Amino acid sequence: MNPLYAELQWLVRAPKDFSERLKAAGSSEGPLGLELRALAAPALDLNQLTKLAKTIVKARKDGKSLDPLAPFRLAVLSNSTIDLVVPVLVASAARHGIALEVIQPSYDQVAQEALTPDSQVNRSKPDAVLFALDYRALPLKLSLGDPEASAATVQGAIGYLQALGNGIKANSNAVCIFQTFAPPPELLFGSLDRALPGTLRSLLDSINRELAEYVLSSGAVLLDVAGLAETVGLADWHDPQLWNLGKFSFSDELIPLYGDHVARTVAALRGKTGKVLVLDLDNTVWGGVIGDDGLEGIKVAQGDARGEAHLAVQRLALNLRQRGIVLAVSSKNTDAVAREPFEKHPEMLLKLEHIAVFQANWNDKATNIQAIAEELSLGLDSMVFLDDNPVERGLVRKLLPQVAVPELPEDPAWYARTLAAGGYFEAVTFAGEDLKRAGFYQDNARRANLQKQAGGVDAYLASLEMTITFQPFDATGRARIVQLINKSNQYNLTTRRYTDPEVAEAENDPAVFTLQVRLADMFGDNGMISVLICRPGEARVWEIDTWLMSCRVLGRKVENMVLREILLHAREAGIEKLAGVYRPTDRNKLVVDHYARLGFSKVSEEESGLTRWELLVDGAEPESAPMKVESQGFAAIREESLA
Amino acid sequence: MDNPQIYARLTEIFQDVFDEDAIQLTPELSAKDVDGWDSLSHIRLILTVEKAFKIKLSTSEIGKLENVGDLVALIRARA
Repeated sequence: MNPLYAELQWLVRAPKDFSERLKAAGSSEGPLGLELRALAAPALDLNQLTKLAKTIVKARKDGKSLDPLAPFRLAVLSNSTIDLVVPVLVASAARHGIALEVIQPSYDQVAQEALTPDSQVNRSKPDAVLFALDYRALPLKLSLGDPEASAATVQGAIGYLQALGNGIKANSNAVCIFQTFAPPPELLFGSLDRALPGTLRSLLDSINRELAEYVLSSGAVLLDVAGLAETVGLADWHDPQLWNLGKFSFSDELIPLYGDHVARTVAALRGKTGKVLVLDLDNTVWGGVIGDDGLEGIKVAQGDARGEAHLAVQRLALNLRQRGIVLAVSSKNTDAVAREPFEKHPEMLLKLEHIAVFQANWNDKATNIQAIAEELSLGLDSMVFLDDNPVERGLVRKLLPQVAVPELPEDPAWYARTLAAGGYFEAVTFAGEDLKRAGFYQDNARRANLQKQAGGVDAYLASLEMTITFQPFDATGRARIVQLINKSNQYNLTTRRYTDPEVAEAENDPAVFTLQVRLADMFGDNGMISVLICRPGEARVWEIDTWLMSCRVLGRKVENMVLREILLHAREAGIEKLAGVYRPTDRNKLVVDHYARLGFSKVSEEESGLTRWELLVDGAEPESAPMKVESQGFAAIREESLA
Repeated sequence: MDNPQIYARLTEIFQDVFDEDAIQLTPELSAKDVDGWDSLSHIRLILTVEKAFKIKLSTSEIGKLENVGDLVALIRARA
């Protein structure tokens, strides 16, 4: 077995006193979430994961709080024995900040559970359903060298999977997670199996490709088990003895790896995923120490084995940036010295323009990472810190346990692979906005500079030449809407998380008023930055179910403009009152005065800090802000009233 | 590896797999004597034993295991 993957080597090794700490946690009275997450953080073996899961399940049964882990209910449907896997899912989910509850129907009841409206799975209203199927679950018939029969077999298998997905969608509206199918290593002809239609290998190739296309077009989620099995090796993945003994569909030694991959996917569905890569410089981004070795001495060139290893780190960082991950630097160096290679070394792939925040100083790295998080207005739990120095890694883990810090091996040749294997930036969707995100944060730094020069805030806002665009929810915007709903923590009044099908439901319900808001300015298009859902309450009342905004556009008075837009539509709909609620979390203190600032009056306050607010539509006139307003896609009533 | 060494290591494994510190191993101990020793944790036990002693048991050997004594004899023959 490849130890990097089979032993999850990007995680720290399990502590010797794991069992004692677990027992202590299990008998403590306070909220357990943080300690459970800390216990789940290292690489654990099957027995340790099983014990950890037992503690989590018992804590939930005893009514103990698992805060701040985010609750998630996952139903697992499988054609194999998953009893060893389920506890591993629960424990691995804690590693990713999720309090996972697994609904596990009887063995091999896949179709019955998906298609029967009142099945155990559908009745339990899960957040997601994982179809943990392997190739033996599919109706596959070999048709060697017969393209037509093969195509029919592939369509039959895809049709079966779609029927399962549709059953879940119709009966419980949960998100469906499909797995690709790992082909067995046993071949019939040899290499020809890949080319010839109708062999098991070529059938599974086609099914995996079509399944991936179906998932992209249907809003379901893909767990690429075939890719994972290929990464570790099909011969290690499939264990015929275990299948014969107890219908275990893959090797027990890879269950912790599989569990971590399921947990990443679930965490990504909840928006818990890395957004920023913080890079150390000396011996991480280049070989050697710039302060000692100088520009000529550091290793960062093609043709030098060590230099190429560090270039691979740079290439991965650049590619991550291209998909929207923000890059930052934290280095113990004099600022000018640390910048020199970026400015002057011809072989450096990373340039200063790629780095959103550059922290080179002599402070400890925990302080620096905190400064980076503040400058970007992003939470510490969205930071991933890459550093070759075990002391620095240890310090950051100790002082900032929310930050993900991959372990790195001695040899830099494996740095890039180890970072990638950790899956810190797992995403289940990719919206157009993601492509531009890294740039947004950098533009923000420029905007902040402009603000310093511009003096007054209003003059600054006017100088930005902003255009705000309002639209109701639509299919085009849905992926980004779902992403914002599940990712936004700070500027979020209620922190209600909704899945793709739930958002589609709001989109199609004429009684629900929805807004997606985009903002452009002289620096470029910020993309979708705010989402709002109003549901009908008492007669002639709209209850603001969801109001969130990206922190990228804080301080632009976007919220004023959003309220003006709501009021416009409320008047047209004959609404007399808006009702808002602030539900406090440990992340959204930012908006505790949101409604007060917008002129709402407080109706009540609960002990938890939850406050209720209302605003009479008649006579409400929130302050405007200097930006051009465009309103698109609303029903005809709008044009009529304007005419 | 002699019997006392095997019993010592096996005791740790049993305690870990069944999450029960009080388990004392005897050659006659079998599934009916231990809480939670069902077919599933039996497989988890075998997998853990294989890993700890770096051995691989065949399907028929696993099928024939009756009690701890059988398991120790198998390990002794291999490890």
